[in-house]
Amino acid sequence: MLQKMPEKLIDENNVRVDGRGLNELRPVKIEAGVLGNADGSAYIEQGKNKILAAVYGPKELHPKHLALPDRAMLRCRYHMAPFSVQERKSPAPSRREMELSKVIRESLEPSIFLEYYPRTSIDLFIEVLQADGGTRCAGITVAALALADAGIPMRDLVAACAAGKVEGRLVLDLTDLEDKGGEADVPLAWMPNLNALTLLQMDGMLNRDEFEHAVNMAIEGCKQIYKLQKEALKAKYVTVKEEVEE
Amino acid sequence: MMSSTIVARVKQRQIAQLISLGKRLDGRGLTDYREVQLEMGVIGRAEGSARVRLGKTEVMVGVKIEIGEPFPDVPNEGVLTVNAELVPLASPTFEPGPPDENSIELARIVDRGIRESKAIALEELCVEPGKKVFIVFVDVYVLNHDGNLIDASAIAALAALLNTKMCKYEVKEGEIKIKPGFSPLPIRNYPIAVTFAKISDKLVVDPWLDEEQVMDARLTITLEKDGKICAVQKGGYGHFTTQQISEAAKIAQEKAQELRKHLVKS
Repeated sequence: MLQKMPEKLIDENNVRVDGRGLNELRPVKIEAGVLGNADGSAYIEQGKNKILAAVYGPKELHPKHLALPDRAMLRCRYHMAPFSVQERKSPAPSRREMELSKVIRESLEPSIFLEYYPRTSIDLFIEVLQADGGTRCAGITVAALALADAGIPMRDLVAACAAGKVEGRLVLDLTDLEDKGGEADVPLAWMPNLNALTLLQMDGMLNRDEFEHAVNMAIEGCKQIYKLQKEALKAKYVTVKEEVEE
Repeated sequence: MMSSTIVARVKQRQIAQLISLGKRLDGRGLTDYREVQLEMGVIGRAEGSARVRLGKTEVMVGVKIEIGEPFPDVPNEGVLTVNAELVPLASPTFEPGPPDENSIELARIVDRGIRESKAIALEELCVEPGKKVFIVFVDVYVLNHDGNLIDASAIAALAALLNTKMCKYEVKEGEIKIKPGFSPLPIRNYPIAVTFAKISDKLVVDPWLDEEQVMDARLTITLEKDGKICAVQKGGYGHFTTQQISEAAKIAQEKAQELRKHLVKS
């Protein structure tokens, strides 16, 4: 499992370490409705990332005094399993996980008709089982699908993807190696039907032009992921239909 | 950003309506900052410190330096740690207790600006590779919350770092001996954060508290001295369009330069 930083992350033919082109996503596999107890759930594999999301609710909110009189409260926990990374991660929530839980919540809130369910809570749990860079984006992608799977009314699905700069070139969907060895990372979440950016972060160093290019590149990635999300959602109901017809 | 101190519905509507006309309740233009006041070296016990007033928002930052172990993946570099405290005396909405997600997010945005712009020459803070390095603790202390804690904290943190004096030292047989005299902390870059609020589908710079209660979403862009973007963070429940992001990046570049001039002058 030990990953070594290679001498070059991109070769002279613009081929990346894992064989991808510059604006190519890792292989993505998404499935909806994977857990028995949850009201909605989904699973994603994006490259080596393996992430589960589950939704419980809308349900009565505890403690009650937190209830919002005019809308549901979305609560979100992004969490990494201790075995998901090279060095064991303590299961206690880290500062990074606290921040990500917050930005993921804020990236999904605009998609949900929270006002339909006043005084309730919608609890969202994202468990990263194996991490290889871009887990917040894959987490948002899979969480949006779990929300849809739970039948919660939404304005649109939220698709997320990162772009960044590695060895002077802009690339899509960075792996952990590329993130660590690269110059910049721009994770972004997007609702295609509303042209709404609901998550935007960046670290690294980019000029304004590069930044805008990276944003557009990530949006192109989101478009592809959005398609896969919709297919996964439909696929679930196709299997249900087949079972019924048998 | 912080949960509700209540703004009357009438005032909310007034703030939003004025902004749609290109005006603001406190008389500023949409891209005007409040007055920035800066005091450096306010705490003698700290290696570096600064107090920033951004309108009525007040933030103090203290820098402490200690000897510790480096991270195993960068054995030759000093360590930067940023922490933020939303002190209960600063606002009726701040509660005592362990840092909540708001203070963690604030600290991490300030941290990202300093780290990604390589503001501190961390490689010069190594005493003994893999064993002993200097750890720079940047503690952000919010004293009065009247909106836009991010920009105020980022300015205060940078000012405090610029104000930081380190003891001179020498290493003898693995032991660190303090010598008389001080040297400044090696600073290479000047990251400045510029925060926008989206209200009535328009971008306003440096939102004060009431505007933060009305805003749909928040966007912070941090720029380093050559105008490159080194950190971005969107916050809040709403969304931005790609056009708004481009517009914000452009305005941020101008504003950062303005603020940096002010800081370097003092």
